[in-house]
Amino acid sequence: MAEYLIEMKDISKSFPLVQANDKVNFTVKKGEIHALVGENGAGKSTLMSILYGLYQPDEGDIFINGKKVIISDPNKAIENKIGMVHQHFMLVPPLTVVENVILGMEPRKNYFFVDLQKAAHDIKELSEQYDFKIYPWSKIEDISVGIQQRVEIIKVLYRGAEILILDEPTAVLTPQEVDELFKILKALKKQGKTIIFITHKLNEVMAVSDRVTIMRNGKVVGTKETKQTSTSEIATLMVGREVLLTIDKTEQQTGKIVLRLEKVNSLNQQRYAVLKDVTLSIKEGQILGIAGVEGNGQAELVEVINGLRPITSGNIFLYEQDITGFSPRKIRELNIGHIPEDRRKRGYIADYSVAENLVLGSHYKPPFAKGLFINFPEVNKLADRLINDYDIRPASKDNLLKSLSGGNQQKVIVARELYKKPILLIASQPTRGLDVGSIEFVHKQLLLERSLGKAILLISAELDEIMSLSDVIAVIYEGEIVEILENKNIDRSRLGFLMTGGGSPGKYNTKQDTLVG
Amino acid sequence: MIENIFRPDFFASAIRIAIPLTLAGLGGVFSELSGVVNIGLEGIMLTSAFAAVAATNFTQNVWLGIAFAAITGILLGLVHAIVTVTFKANQTVSGVAINLFASGITVFLSWMWFHESQIMVMYKLPFWGFPIPNPGETTPLVRSLIIIFAHHSPMVFLTIFIVIISHFIIFKTPFGLRIRSVGEYPQAADTLGVNVSSMRYISVLISGGLAGLAGSFLSLEQAHYFVKEMSGGRGFIALAAMIFGKWTPFGTFGAALLFGIGEALAIRLQGIYAIPVQFINMVPYLLAIFVLVGAIGRATAPAADGIPYEKGMS
Repeated sequence: MAEYLIEMKDISKSFPLVQANDKVNFTVKKGEIHALVGENGAGKSTLMSILYGLYQPDEGDIFINGKKVIISDPNKAIENKIGMVHQHFMLVPPLTVVENVILGMEPRKNYFFVDLQKAAHDIKELSEQYDFKIYPWSKIEDISVGIQQRVEIIKVLYRGAEILILDEPTAVLTPQEVDELFKILKALKKQGKTIIFITHKLNEVMAVSDRVTIMRNGKVVGTKETKQTSTSEIATLMVGREVLLTIDKTEQQTGKIVLRLEKVNSLNQQRYAVLKDVTLSIKEGQILGIAGVEGNGQAELVEVINGLRPITSGNIFLYEQDITGFSPRKIRELNIGHIPEDRRKRGYIADYSVAENLVLGSHYKPPFAKGLFINFPEVNKLADRLINDYDIRPASKDNLLKSLSGGNQQKVIVARELYKKPILLIASQPTRGLDVGSIEFVHKQLLLERSLGKAILLISAELDEIMSLSDVIAVIYEGEIVEILENKNIDRSRLGFLMTGGGSPGKYNTKQDTLVG
Repeated sequence: MIENIFRPDFFASAIRIAIPLTLAGLGGVFSELSGVVNIGLEGIMLTSAFAAVAATNFTQNVWLGIAFAAITGILLGLVHAIVTVTFKANQTVSGVAINLFASGITVFLSWMWFHESQIMVMYKLPFWGFPIPNPGETTPLVRSLIIIFAHHSPMVFLTIFIVIISHFIIFKTPFGLRIRSVGEYPQAADTLGVNVSSMRYISVLISGGLAGLAGSFLSLEQAHYFVKEMSGGRGFIALAAMIFGKWTPFGTFGAALLFGIGEALAIRLQGIYAIPVQFINMVPYLLAIFVLVGAIGRATAPAADGIPYEKGMS
């Protein structure tokens, strides 16, 4: 028995223009949870893709249990008991859980047919062993993201994996689902499984890992025992400079009320109330954070303000102008900036260039439009300026948005929404899926807007983000604002209590003016 | 009037008309479930209709004619697969090319080999169905049922058999599961060691073979001759049947029957009213359009249908 279960020695891999891995040494002990951290583009995914056989290294060797192996494709990885849970789930939505799990190694009966019953039975057994609560006959498209991830884990276990690679497993999960996942990871560890866990969230590293390896620019810059390190040490190694993990927020004078919602109600397509008598207001120079478990009306609240969702009663005011029922374009023209929750769906067009994405929403107006045509010299001028100001990398306006890293895609959106100096900024999950460096950047931008006297509505599933940035916190639960608190000495557990329905709904929302002060 | 139209032989002819639509539609099902759009069905049917007649007349054996039609279909399917799966070309363009090629090659070869534009078939398949009893021999109901369901060419029974087999292949076998996964989310299938290209190749070849059988039925069984452009848009109607049938074998068969009824009706209506025949001939196509409009929103194509698969792009 070798000291390490996995040993990757001097692994190098380069792609056109990029040295993704540069003489990387990476070791994992049997039965540990090993966190692999690094900024976007640091080379962690490449390294894991090599271990899983999706890429071949240019140089270097892989040893498993001290024996040299060549992993030429995922099938070889599976033979070596390595399984991978991808960041973007590799599940076929219209197929059932069973069909997804067995795909590629289907048990058979009567030679020709798939033995779905046996497979379902095996899956149920695995599910019970780890308390997954999976129903084998559900279709993937009908189950939540958290459950889908468990199906991915089952898929890997079903193939007999002893080593599980999880590629940013928490990026898509709600905080509650993250807790559940960590329980599962610990249960797997107890069963003797070895887990490699790619992330860039440092609190997760501390919460769940035994050891942590940090990568930067394709190189390993350190491997630490988690107990003997700290988030700030890891962050410094990751970014290569000191990172402000705590946010430096100065006092800010507030001004007039910018946005005011009065008893706003809205229904979803099933005629079910998704916003109930929502009343709140944001002043100049103020960040109002919405705290709540995802799916409690946050997305609908944003849509209502942007004019994307009709309201059934109530009013929305922007500087005392009633904008209720205005079209999305009309509202945008009042200069509201919006960083959308789902940037892939609503934030950008993946097949458009950086420059084109930067003028989206202004493309029809001078100076970017000249008659029927787009005025490309002006568009390019703006793009060059914003790429420089917001440090968008790579610094080329002609790259397609889909070729950029998540952090840089978000920078494009932030740049587009901020350069017009909006009077109100709606920032919905603005740092989701970003690495520490990019998170720091976005937070700085939000605080900068605040210091310029802008009003900001911040919606985030990360309670830490809400608590460190907001001046006022409104707690939302099942479409109702259950409490509005000034962000001073707030007890975290009290917030958690309110977010999960512990408050008395409807009691506080009429008092908010006095509370906001 | 009405009772003069909806007689047992009307339904029998609707079934016969539905056969090539079903076979070609099944071809569409296999191809599209795997993620390859195959609008070349029309051209494959036409070429195979010619191949069936030519091979039957040369070999003096109808079965060989049918086999040859299927092989012709598979070869054209192979062309489509090479162009769209291996070279990742646009699937619609490749399909259009096959259709244009079919129009030309069939006319060219019929002049070169037979020196005429309409080629008669000299041979017939054996009759395996039930003979129609004389009136009075059995009850009228039994007689009607025999006319509708049992008095048919072997290819009708073969087609129904293929529908059932296809259902089991697609929904009950590992192979079918893999086809469906490849058409929905090829990246996922790939990470599990399913070979996306070979799945798509096999599916498109099956598709070509089935469209080939459809073509042979057109010329050997329905018309008993080959004439240029005789497929007459049936390949597209078959695609409509596939969509209306939600990419399932039984659904496609049902939709094809509906179109069969439409076309049989058009035939019966000719000469009855003072409606120009051109309008009456529109019936099946209008039916196709209405059916498609009505089916929108309920029918969802496989997610990766029409998109070439490139490794590493997600």
